[in-house]
Amino acid sequence: MNDKKWIVLGLAIFLGLFTFPLWYNILFKAGKAAPAPEVVLTEKAKAAKQCVMPTAYMKADHMQLLDLWRHSVVRNGNREFINPEGKTFTMSLSNTCLDCHSNKAEFCDRCHNYASVRPYCFDCHIDNPKGEK
Amino acid sequence: MQSSRRRFLKMAGIAAVGLSTRPVIQTVAASSGHGTQMEIRKGPQALAAKQWAMVIDTRKLQHAEDIEPLIEACHKIHNVPHFQNKKHEIKWIWETHFHNAFIDLPSNYLSENVEHRPITVMCNHCENPPCVRACPTQATFKRESDGIVMMDFHRCIGCRFCMAACPYGSRSFNFVDPRTGLNDREINREFPTRTMGVVEKCNFCAERLAVGQLPACVEASKGALIFGDLKDPHSKVREVLRENFTIRRNSVIGTEPCVYYIV
Repeated sequence: MNDKKWIVLGLAIFLGLFTFPLWYNILFKAGKAAPAPEVVLTEKAKAAKQCVMPTAYMKADHMQLLDLWRHSVVRNGNREFINPEGKTFTMSLSNTCLDCHSNKAEFCDRCHNYASVRPYCFDCHIDNPKGEK
Repeated sequence: MQSSRRRFLKMAGIAAVGLSTRPVIQTVAASSGHGTQMEIRKGPQALAAKQWAMVIDTRKLQHAEDIEPLIEACHKIHNVPHFQNKKHEIKWIWETHFHNAFIDLPSNYLSENVEHRPITVMCNHCENPPCVRACPTQATFKRESDGIVMMDFHRCIGCRFCMAACPYGSRSFNFVDPRTGLNDREINREFPTRTMGVVEKCNFCAERLAVGQLPACVEASKGALIFGDLKDPHSKVREVLRENFTIRRNSVIGTEPCVYYIV
């Protein structure tokens, strides 16, 4: 049992390496966090004032809403959505969402890149269906 | 001592009842108040049926040129790509020889006119679809509301069991990125494309029926294709079926195809 110092040393090195990202960020990268992205609204989106649901809901839960939409449209054939305010929308990513938000690069992509999520929506769904700027 | 044990059991019982009501209270709390009630429904113009079906009057489609516009109309609005390589071919609706379409009707001495007539073929939207049983992810399914055999491309894993199961060869697999086979200017931007690695086929224009339009091929056919509800005795297809002798593709195997042919 004379290996105590080696074990302790080994543990210390391990913990040091294991926590490297934490103290490296604290010591050398303080205050350098990537700034939160700023999304750009098109004129059309600004004029509408509110999306299909309240902004806070859309920010946090748009993926759940899109999932619900896709399930209703593809599997149940229900294509109309009435929001709590009583406004009616056609449930379509390309033709409804991206009709207003026709600036995918400055709206969708900015946040997705920041959060490092890679949704594959646009492998099939065409962005900016009307070709507007 | 005795009374305290009884008390303990009583309390435990009450607590258990209390815990069991928690989910109920939570759902009630979630559904009332903070303004997230939404409603989902069919569009007001949506066409409804118990089982959509089609009758193809091959007498009115005598030559390949008569069928060309139907294929064109369908493939254009659904962004069906065109590839030179036959192995990559994607087709929703196409023409084939009589012998290939009706393999269960063998005859050595067919009417010459019928034998050389091109036959328009597509997904039969079977009442008993074998592709649906083969699909391990339920990406392809028979829609309860109107009997259309649909594809959910989000779920398709590209195993191609459905292609092996379909007795009509109605399904195509995207071996390459379908967008490379589409002309960028001719793309229908309101309809999605597909992605590499999924199976696709005719959807009886479910997206058009939802807004009150008939399928694109029916519209382009000038009356050679008749579309309607098979379960409604007063529908247009039933009327045509009553008045004409029709055959179906490979009906002996029990798939109950919903595309009928007048020859």
